Amino acid sequence: MVGMAASDTHRAIDAVWRIESARLIAGLARIVRDVGLAEDLAQDALVAALEQWPESGVPRNPGAWLMSTAKHRAIDLLRRRERLGRKLEELGHEFEAAEEGAAPDFEAALDDEIGDDLLRLVFTACHPVLSTDARVALTLRLLGGLTTQEIAYAFLVPEATVAQRIVRAKRTLAEARVPFEVPRGAELAARLSSVLEVIYLVFNEGYSATAGDEWMRPALCEEALRLGRIMAELVPNEPEVHGLAGLMEIQASRMRARVGPSGEPILLLDQDRARWDHVLIRRGLAALERAKRLGGALGPYALQAAIAACHARARTPEETDWVRIAALYDALAQLAPSPVVELNRAVALAMAFGPATGLELVDTLTAEPSLKGYYLLPSVRGDLLAKLGRLDEARQEFERAASLTRNGRERTLLLVRAAACERGARPPLTG
Amino acid sequence: MRFMMLVKASPDSEAGVLPSREAVAAMGKYNEELIKAGVMLAGEGLHDSSKGARVSFSGQRRTVTDGPFTETKELIAGYWLIQVKSKEEAIEWASRVPFEDGEIEIRQVFEDSEFPPEILPPEEAERERAMLEEVQRKAAKP
Repeated sequence: MVGMAASDTHRAIDAVWRIESARLIAGLARIVRDVGLAEDLAQDALVAALEQWPESGVPRNPGAWLMSTAKHRAIDLLRRRERLGRKLEELGHEFEAAEEGAAPDFEAALDDEIGDDLLRLVFTACHPVLSTDARVALTLRLLGGLTTQEIAYAFLVPEATVAQRIVRAKRTLAEARVPFEVPRGAELAARLSSVLEVIYLVFNEGYSATAGDEWMRPALCEEALRLGRIMAELVPNEPEVHGLAGLMEIQASRMRARVGPSGEPILLLDQDRARWDHVLIRRGLAALERAKRLGGALGPYALQAAIAACHARARTPEETDWVRIAALYDALAQLAPSPVVELNRAVALAMAFGPATGLELVDTLTAEPSLKGYYLLPSVRGDLLAKLGRLDEARQEFERAASLTRNGRERTLLLVRAAACERGARPPLTG
Repeated sequence: MRFMMLVKASPDSEAGVLPSREAVAAMGKYNEELIKAGVMLAGEGLHDSSKGARVSFSGQRRTVTDGPFTETKELIAGYWLIQVKSKEEAIEWASRVPFEDGEIEIRQVFEDSEFPPEILPPEEAERERAMLEEVQRKAAKP
């Protein structure tokens, strides 16, 4: 690598950082028991690399170089902070002892130890003591290796806000003395679902931008997919981890088919299935199989993955097994009841047994307070009414849906449908 | 972004010589690392070219030539498909492949959005337009 231009080396360092940072921070956090300090140390090592590698070339094992540099900085730092006195001194000794023991570990990047450290880092970043926003920011920062600027850009918030969130999150973790560990027993299930929730939230933020005209932000989806795939290897015996991975893979497989040439959204049944990504579909179906093989009833993510799989398996919209989808939504509604699930179940029922059956269920949801501002309720209702030929009511629903959505392109599509109802509702003039 | 890491053939791979047990173990470990990092999408090894064939085109004519093919260095013996953030990350992953000799070529996979509109065939664009109209028509006449 010697002889590269400095900018090339910087890009190479970025790449190494992307691959190594999470393991580096995780390994350091195990030793210093403070993720904030661990990240600072890892950043220091990165700065050292930026200073030295353009001269010396990228070392043969860059991960090990970063780790040993960070450890030496840590010891220096602990020694300098004399005001913290003996306690840190002791920690310093402990640290050196740990370093002795830990050094060969890093050579073998696949050691279980490192997997455990990563898992500890995941659980710490998604700890319930933190707000959801803080969990998301910290997970992307510590596990995704994203910069504050990248996170801010993805979530359309000022960089300072994200920086604040991360600083506060680290402080909260330190003040609450959150142990750097993998939860055990009964606590594990709840904590795991918090981790999966954060990952799926990141995915959805990318999959359907909640504001503005940007229909999706693929980088966030890719990041969530990567985190999901990492989790599938870290906790291979948890069916819901594979369920979530499968769900995201299959949803992501439709990304390039769900936006038209001028940026307008294309609904699932109108998508060109040839443009679905079959590599991702295959991965998604395999992940769902893994979840099923682990046995037991399917959890909420695996059920949603199974629903997505029904669409993925159908070569044409007409081949879709709506009866099965309705049954899966039924199971989902029992496991994780929510008005949104009911709304989806209504759509499946309408497809399987006719619009009147679906409308019957939708009409029970119109009084639901949590769906009051939810544009998909009038949008679905409008669709079913239109299918039943009740065009005037349908138009009103589409207009209401358009006034509720925050996505500009979606609004356009809904207004087009409302206008079409109006034209269709009038009796033909002549001829 | 996606990259293919293409493994070039060698006299050994073309002769159908199987890798040593150590090499297989090292490769397994490398694959595991790719999977655990969440970057591996797919990967496969290919049989030697004697089991393959070439179809060449000249106007309407198709000519089939059975393998093996002689220009070993231009042949492909296997591939990985990876999802990474940059070409440099792909290079870094390729550098970690436990090979003693040989070559890996890294090529970026086209994303859909990278096709400028004039390259999308007009009938494709037409089909998209028709589909949108169909959506609107369905809305009008259910």
